[in-house]
Amino acid sequence: MKLRFTLNGRPVELETPSDRRVVDLLREDLGLTGVKEGCGQGECGACTILVDGVSRLSCLMLAAQLTGSSITTIEGLAARGRLHPVQEAFVQQGAVQCGFCTPGMVLAAVDLLGRDPQPRREEIRDGLSGNLCRCTGYQKIVDAVEQAAQPPQPEEEP
Amino acid sequence: MPGVEAVLTHAQVRGSNRQGVIRKDQPVLVDDKVRHCGDAVALVVARDQGTLAAALGLIELELEPLEPVLDMTRALEPDAPLVHEDHPTGNILLAGELVSGRGQAALADCAQVVELALELPRQEHAFLETEAGWAILTPEGTLEIVASTQTPFRDRTEVAEALGLELEQVRVSAPYLGGGFGGKDGVTVQSLLGLAALACPGRPVKMWWSREESFLAGVKRHPARLHYRLGAESDGRLRALDADLCYDTGPYDHLGGVVMTLGLEHAGGPYRIEHVRLRARAVYTNNPVSGPFRGFGVPQAAAALEQAMDLMAQRLGLDPIELRRRNLARRGQRVASGARLDCSHGLEECLQKLAGHQWWRGRGAWKAQAGPFKRRGVGVAAVMHGLGYGPVVPDVANAKIELTPQGKIRVYSGVADMGQGNASTCLQIAGQVLNQGLENMELVLPDTERTLPSGSASASRTTFTYGQALIAASGQLRRRLLERAADLLFVASATELALLPGRVRHSASGRELPLARLAALMQESERVAVGRHRAPVSQERPTADEALRLHGLPHAVFSFATQLAAVELDELTGQVELKGFVSVCDCGRLLNQQLAEQQMQGAMAQGLGYALCEDFAVAGGRVQTPDLSTYLLPTSLDAPDMDSLWVQAHEPSGPFGLKGVGEVGMDGPLPAISNAVADACGLRAQRFPLTPERVLAVLGRPWAAGGRP
Ligand code: FES
Ligand code: FES
Repeated sequence: MKLRFTLNGRPVELETPSDRRVVDLLREDLGLTGVKEGCGQGECGACTILVDGVSRLSCLMLAAQLTGSSITTIEGLAARGRLHPVQEAFVQQGAVQCGFCTPGMVLAAVDLLGRDPQPRREEIRDGLSGNLCRCTGYQKIVDAVEQAAQPPQPEEEP
Repeated sequence: MPGVEAVLTHAQVRGSNRQGVIRKDQPVLVDDKVRHCGDAVALVVARDQGTLAAALGLIELELEPLEPVLDMTRALEPDAPLVHEDHPTGNILLAGELVSGRGQAALADCAQVVELALELPRQEHAFLETEAGWAILTPEGTLEIVASTQTPFRDRTEVAEALGLELEQVRVSAPYLGGGFGGKDGVTVQSLLGLAALACPGRPVKMWWSREESFLAGVKRHPARLHYRLGAESDGRLRALDADLCYDTGPYDHLGGVVMTLGLEHAGGPYRIEHVRLRARAVYTNNPVSGPFRGFGVPQAAAALEQAMDLMAQRLGLDPIELRRRNLARRGQRVASGARLDCSHGLEECLQKLAGHQWWRGRGAWKAQAGPFKRRGVGVAAVMHGLGYGPVVPDVANAKIELTPQGKIRVYSGVADMGQGNASTCLQIAGQVLNQGLENMELVLPDTERTLPSGSASASRTTFTYGQALIAASGQLRRRLLERAADLLFVASATELALLPGRVRHSASGRELPLARLAALMQESERVAVGRHRAPVSQERPTADEALRLHGLPHAVFSFATQLAAVELDELTGQVELKGFVSVCDCGRLLNQQLAEQQMQGAMAQGLGYALCEDFAVAGGRVQTPDLSTYLLPTSLDAPDMDSLWVQAHEPSGPFGLKGVGEVGMDGPLPAISNAVADACGLRAQRFPLTPERVLAVLGRPWAAGGRP
């Protein structure tokens, strides 16, 4: 099928089987290897991407589901060479060990903070509970998300 | 079939078709009999995943059923089928015994004897990145393998031998791994990739195990059966220990003998015990392959000993921390294994710190506040963990460092970084010696062609050993840079110069020479320095058994830790929730506290999984927990905030006084948690993990369907 969607802010148009898994489309066809596959079954969260700002598991999605949507992968999070505040906090807090869970973890955290800008520690733990990490024991990840949670800024007029 | 590039069996393997470190008994592709459910029989190379799956489905395999050996009891029976007909000791891969004093006979004169039998589960590494790599046979005939591996240099030898290649024909490189924990200590995809690449010259081949394949074929932590009898005087002095440890090593060595030997060495823990008999066996079965996993045989031993210690404390009416403190072998004394401790030793201070910690001091009040149907308990454990390879296998690292033509300092790391951050530590160490910041430094990751052999990233030795080699190399480069700069600046002696970030400065005159300029004036051979370090070995001989020495016994340097777990147990559901988790660790001087905390927290979370939820179940030789929905890992909701405290006992043989921290945090959680559960309910399970079903069964709840305590 012909597929059109927005990927990290850029329009994409390509030919792909409609049942191609999104994780394969992104990794193999589009070279976005920041999208990780840890299980292929929706259990680990490593393949998390943002679909219209909401975190979704790309191993459970098929290409056709992307039609018309706006996708953010970890590659698209840093704006103009500057790390996203969540990424910055992960670096500062030492929340990355092997880094395999990190892209999914960061995107899940961005989604969480989008919904709840000032979560308590337990809420952060709850919000990230779909993303497995085998290296860190989660503590520094929770620290990082806590750091990234900013006091609410006054809305800027457009 | 179109799109299928090659179908390969053992007939295409031109070398020994055997892999392994001590005993080379694992085929690349099976050529005599299938020994476990994850053995590879055929290798298919296809253009894409779809074709590959279809082609694999067309393979017909005819097997003649043989009687399997599915548990250790059966394996040890005289009429059991042999997993390897050619192994001189049958199904016992390796057995060892350490006896001192009057051995177990002394139990008879002890005022108190406690006894404990345990069954510990098989644990899956479950690194998020499964085993993976790619390879190519270049037009020049070099087999280049890029793999997720902790052991690129050893892999190179194993692959060459197994596939019948010259060593120079094989190159292995190890970029950052997505987790290892021991499960990538040894060949996984490497020989298969090599075989595929040889069949498709000039074309890259890739192999990336699915989660199910990883669970099926990857190595696990040894399931173990332990039996302990510990005797003490009424004043709390430990007097005798009889310990028996049995490790199910699966069908291949895969360092299983070394794992068992480390367990044997640590069977009596950090304590002075005059009369001991410690026995351990690693037993071949047709279950999944067991091998290295963070802790390397010690978590099993500590699980039994540290629970026995609590039983003894209770029997004697002594504070559990005090009982441990009284019996510690101090520096210069012998631990239960019979070896004298000569390394830096901060365990006593660790125990003191823990005794003063709010979780310990305030435990009475905290436990009393448990809500309805809840019970609370607090437990501790104390452990030691040997670093490195032991007395026989040379524990060597070779570091290389270069001033690049652009004036940067480039570190060639020979040890893989699987997430411990040792690559950063390398830069930190070289940066310290050469007074350079990260912006002036570059890193080359392990690669058998570019970096120098430095052994494995394992055994809590990575930074301990490589760091020393790197300090030597960096020091040499520093001297050379200053001397050459002194010549170029017409300065009488290098001592008048200071090495500053990016430049050399003559302090008296203020004249400076940028490193890039200096580099341009030096020959390539001058810009490179190498350093070698061989870790010290113990001069102790607690045994005359040369096989045990070859397998690593005894060690010279140990890290120490004590850990505390505070649990809340739900009487109705059997759920055990960890509310507090503390560690106090002596791993020598800390070079980077954040990285040390990462190691400790990660190890404790894996230990929490080992204690409470992780059970890689196998029945009839087949995997019952094939994926992450059936094999449960701790999530962000299961791991509590942990408190990591440090006692920094400077170790002269380590880089800047450091000792290894990779594993010691894994040894204590299971016994600490089990001791906490026993503190909460007065009862202990014999089988682990402590799933809700098991806990209910321990509590004698009638609704504990099927859970055996
Ligand atoms: S790969 Fe998608 S959830 Fe694990
Ligand atoms: S950092 Fe390795 S899995 Fe999270």
